Amino acid sequence: MAAAEKPPVTGTGSVALDGLLTWVDQRFPLISTWKAHLAEYYAPKNFNFWYYFGSLAMLVLAIQIVTGIFLTMNYKPDANLAFASVEYIMREVPGGWIIRYMHSTGASAFFICIYLHMFRAMLYGSYRRPRELMWIFGVVIYLCLMGEAFFGYLLPWGQMSYWGAQVIINLFSAIPFIGPDLSLWIRGDYVIADATLNRFFAMHVIAIPLLLLGLVMAHLLALHEVGSNNPDGIEINKHKDANGVPLDGIPFHPYYTVKDILGVVVFMIVFVIIVFFAPEMGGYFLEYNNFVPADPLQTPAHIAPVWYFTPYYSILRAVPPLFNSQFPGVVAMGVSVMVLFLLPWLDRGAVKSIRYRGMHFKVALYAFVVVFLILGYLGTEPITVWGQFGAWLDNADRATVAARICTVIYFLFFVLMPWYTKVDRTKPEPERVTH
Amino acid sequence: MNKLIDSAGKRRHAPFHIPRIGKLLQSCRSFLTILLLAPAALIGSPVLLVSPAVLLVSPAVLLVSPAVLLVSPAAMASEGGVRLDTAPINQTDVVSLQSGARTFANYCLNCHSASLMRWNRLTELGLSEAQIKDNLMFSADKVGELMNVAMSRKDGQKWFGAAPPDLSVIARARGADWLYTYMRGFYRDPARPTGWNNTVYEDVGMPNPLWQLQGERVRVEHAVKSGDARGGESGHGDAIKAVKYEIVRPGSLTPGQYDETVRDLVNFLVYVGEPAATSRKQIGIVVLLFLLAMWPLVYLLKREYWKDVH
Repeated sequence: MAAAEKPPVTGTGSVALDGLLTWVDQRFPLISTWKAHLAEYYAPKNFNFWYYFGSLAMLVLAIQIVTGIFLTMNYKPDANLAFASVEYIMREVPGGWIIRYMHSTGASAFFICIYLHMFRAMLYGSYRRPRELMWIFGVVIYLCLMGEAFFGYLLPWGQMSYWGAQVIINLFSAIPFIGPDLSLWIRGDYVIADATLNRFFAMHVIAIPLLLLGLVMAHLLALHEVGSNNPDGIEINKHKDANGVPLDGIPFHPYYTVKDILGVVVFMIVFVIIVFFAPEMGGYFLEYNNFVPADPLQTPAHIAPVWYFTPYYSILRAVPPLFNSQFPGVVAMGVSVMVLFLLPWLDRGAVKSIRYRGMHFKVALYAFVVVFLILGYLGTEPITVWGQFGAWLDNADRATVAARICTVIYFLFFVLMPWYTKVDRTKPEPERVTH
Repeated sequence: MNKLIDSAGKRRHAPFHIPRIGKLLQSCRSFLTILLLAPAALIGSPVLLVSPAVLLVSPAVLLVSPAVLLVSPAAMASEGGVRLDTAPINQTDVVSLQSGARTFANYCLNCHSASLMRWNRLTELGLSEAQIKDNLMFSADKVGELMNVAMSRKDGQKWFGAAPPDLSVIARARGADWLYTYMRGFYRDPARPTGWNNTVYEDVGMPNPLWQLQGERVRVEHAVKSGDARGGESGHGDAIKAVKYEIVRPGSLTPGQYDETVRDLVNFLVYVGEPAATSRKQIGIVVLLFLLAMWPLVYLLKREYWKDVH
């Protein structure tokens, strides 16, 4: 009887509660889990601003799941009813508009948190050994999130829902040989139709969320196995006291729980301002054209994905077609995301954190961020947005040329990484963390 | 007279092309006002002392500059499309909303439905159910009904070339400025089957439903002297043609009164687009005040716990 050997729980201040927890603990790893993941999980004490976004992403995931459950109660996944059912939620379901706006704003907030969270990993080398697997789980979460957003965006059944999905599914048609059959298989029909809406609904409300929850769990378990990185990019486990507690570590609970609550309140202030005062965010979070019901016979003049996909959409548009096929662009777009998996092995730097890297890495990372933002902006606009060059450049669209330059820089960031991280003149890392 | 004068060569038909950054800035205005009202507590927040973020921005700006140079102002101007007049609407002006509801019921609701909107919701505009029933409802029986029309989509397609769209969320799709300019943009065009054309939506299938109010306008093209001092010869190819719209048969309203009628109509359509919008903002202020009051408490809690971490 191993369970009986566990000491009884004490110290809650209530005999009854002590007894209840003892009863549970002898049948379930309650206290050991609590200790391993919260009260005795030692995190570096020097987390800064960038370390809020992991917990904030989890908060947004919770918001999306809870609001999603309530939306599902009134939404109708039917091509004839979907558009009106969303407006029904907005008008006639009590509090429906709050739920819907929280969900639509939450989608964008999720990507904002995830992008900043990933950027944090790049700043401080959090993907480096021994955290490669955690990074891989993270990239898979990011891929799932893209799928989740893509499937969910069809559900309101507006013009942008319909034609955005049309553009993305047509990308699969560009794959040689199997392409046309593959896109037919995805749609379940020759055009995007009721069958497509129903399967996208299934993917959005159950398949991908299940995967996401499992992956988030794996991501956290991997994190707690190897311990958190920190802005200095050094391991706090190198210096422990007599009890085996890292000298620069503090228990996650209560220190980081109270600190993350602070982040939550600040995040919620921004979130609430958007939800209640600017839910469309000027057409970036809710596109204007999506208030027009889906019409398979009327292609909108300008189809743009929602902002969080636009860097990749720009890359897709920037790559010139080969033999009249969009396939190279599709490949470039796919590779531009998949290359993230290789990051732990492309980075050969002597140090992890940007604090101790040299100019090479700093310039590369800043250039990457700028290029990502420019690509993101260009993807929201028609390619004519910046006008044309003169005859000396064949009257090429300025935006396309800019997107091509940015695409090249985007890929150079990864391709040249083994070189520039290696030759970089790094500074020596400190022995202990600094504030 | 109307202000819709633009040079003929530059007119472009792009109903959905709203420069989105501009719109974003617009919505940020309310955003910023709120933030400025928020107490200095936010400014003191250590969370906002984002030194790494600030460090990031400075080299970033340097890198952006070559990209910015690619954009010439001329290129930006050509993308603007039709210049839209700003709709001077006010969602808290109940008189204007009621007047818009009357115009909508009298002139629009014969062909266009607003099938996501219930009649009795108009009680939010200070109308009683009896008033709604007696003054606005012509085809529906019960105030709990939706704003539907008798005309079928099929008939609409046959008669106008395209079925008149449902107007429930039209203000959210097109924007108030577009609607305001569009409803004031009709002119006589004998080349069109309906006899009407529109400055904002070229070759639109919809005839001017408010022509008795606005009167009939025609499009007049005339040459404008070009700016260069080459003498009186403006009959060359480089002369700019300007377009003007002139009222040839006045309606029952003066142009000023007509603009007000359209403003009220657009105001009402914006309301119909999102009836909860006004209460949304009111609730938002309360939620925001709650969070702002919570922030110092949470901050002090964190400081208390962290005081022994060095």
